[in-house]
Amino acid sequence: MNPQRMAPWAAKLLVLVGALFMLAPFYFMFVFATHSRTAIFNMPPPMWFGADLLDNLQILTSRLPFWRNLGWSLYVALASTALTLVFCSMAGYAFALMEFRFKKALFTLVMATMLLPSFMNMIPTFLIMDALGWIDQHRGLYIPGAASAFGIFLMRQFAASAIPRELIEAARMDGCGEFAIYWRIVLPLLKPALGTLGLITFIASWNNFIGPLIVMRSADQYTLPLALRSLQSPVNTEWGALMTGSAIATIPLLILFALSSRQLISGLTTGAVK
Amino acid sequence: MKRSLRQALRLSPRWAPYFFISPFLVLFAVFGVFPLLFSLHLAFQSWEPTSGLDSMSFVGLENFAFALQDEWFWKSLKNTLWLAVVSGAPQHLVAIPLAVFIHHSFKHLRDGVIGAYFLPYITSTVAIAIMFSSLFSKDFGLINAMLHAAFEAEHVDWLGQAENIKPAIAFVVFWRYLGFNVVLYLAALQTIPKDLYEAATMDGAGRWQQFWHITLPNLKPMIFFGVTLSVIGGLQLFEEPFILTGGRGGVDQSGMTSAVYLYRMAFDFNDFGGASAMSWLLFAVVAVLTWLTNRAFRPRGGQA
Repeated sequence: MNPQRMAPWAAKLLVLVGALFMLAPFYFMFVFATHSRTAIFNMPPPMWFGADLLDNLQILTSRLPFWRNLGWSLYVALASTALTLVFCSMAGYAFALMEFRFKKALFTLVMATMLLPSFMNMIPTFLIMDALGWIDQHRGLYIPGAASAFGIFLMRQFAASAIPRELIEAARMDGCGEFAIYWRIVLPLLKPALGTLGLITFIASWNNFIGPLIVMRSADQYTLPLALRSLQSPVNTEWGALMTGSAIATIPLLILFALSSRQLISGLTTGAVK
Repeated sequence: MKRSLRQALRLSPRWAPYFFISPFLVLFAVFGVFPLLFSLHLAFQSWEPTSGLDSMSFVGLENFAFALQDEWFWKSLKNTLWLAVVSGAPQHLVAIPLAVFIHHSFKHLRDGVIGAYFLPYITSTVAIAIMFSSLFSKDFGLINAMLHAAFEAEHVDWLGQAENIKPAIAFVVFWRYLGFNVVLYLAALQTIPKDLYEAATMDGAGRWQQFWHITLPNLKPMIFFGVTLSVIGGLQLFEEPFILTGGRGGVDQSGMTSAVYLYRMAFDFNDFGGASAMSWLLFAVVAVLTWLTNRAFRPRGGQA
């Protein structure tokens, strides 16, 4: 028997049922987003879409500056993506194709920080933001991570394999300036990796919770995750509205994922697979 | 004039590398190295940030001693280890056979199936936790409704009763990271040469034997890597327990992980020195456990 036919139909069915099980919570998030709080907690709970979406949206926007929060999320994610792409491609290019002092030691140091548990940064990040006066400022969300170790690693790996050294040398011989080489030759060649890193950075920023939790203070400036969480309270949580907000926050991710799941998945597991 | 300015601004090849790494160097120094060193310094100080830098005073190892005698420190550490094992082990036990099934029997639906399993990984923890808070709700939650319909089970107070909080969190973590591991194992499966299976089939080896003698040994390096990632990730668990327990750790602190306690110690109790000391203690725990995993799972050289 050949391996293609190794798993019987039962295994196939199991995989499909499992996949439905993975997707079910998303389904119910969207279903609940269209029901009132009382309907969600009926017995049995609603299994199909209801008619309360607009009411939920109204509750949501009356409790939160929801569209503002959404706007901030978008702003921070775009700023973070742009900065990360510029800084990481610059550093990745230098680490891959240039020679400078302490290059090896620096790169090892960068890689070591990837292993550092995230909780190590929680308190120091707050203190440094406080010292810089960046508390409650959005730049406190998109600047610190803009030279991420992961991004530099991704760029360096890609630059090393996709950019021929001779090409750079030849451009230099022809009198092309160093910045022009980066801008006109390196960046275009890095395009596929920039796409991957851009997607990952955008999503990470969009979902970021710890960062805003530590840096942001006023509900007006919150990004979506923090704003949504602030609606959750021990009593009287407006579940319908909360589900609507979560669903809206999830839609951009679903779209990005539908358009680029292959690229995203391989990018996110790249460190592991290579 | 214009020309000479351009000339002056022109990057010389000698300085170019430093120009290209300078943003990284600045950010790395300001937001990476300095804070870390400062937190090491803080671990030996008593300090309330609200009273300014002058109120800092050296207290030696007192913060560390306090943490080690702190009941909540140990409790949260135990919670963290429990969660790391109970949410981590099933991820791999399920992901390996799942990846094998997908690898062997899905062609057309392959990307879709992988996507379905991977989707929770890229979704916001807050949305996930909000979704599950309602699904886990005691009297009217969907999970209890289904358990009741299927097994006539009594309604379980998932997030309101101490002994149920951790299993609920573990379930969410399992659900969220399963797909990531499936993708890791799928990548590893693709590197196993097909003729190994063909040869085994010729020798009359059954499916199970092939899995046991070919697939599993070839997956070993990835198992090692995946488990290491799970251990490191599990020990830092913060967002899921934080949101599912309303930021406080749950009834009787039974959903409080080390990272959640660390956060509370600094931001709820205002003890930055103590929290810094604790973060370094936890760092040591993570380092030791990672090293142990390394030893236990590392594929030994020379053995096929």
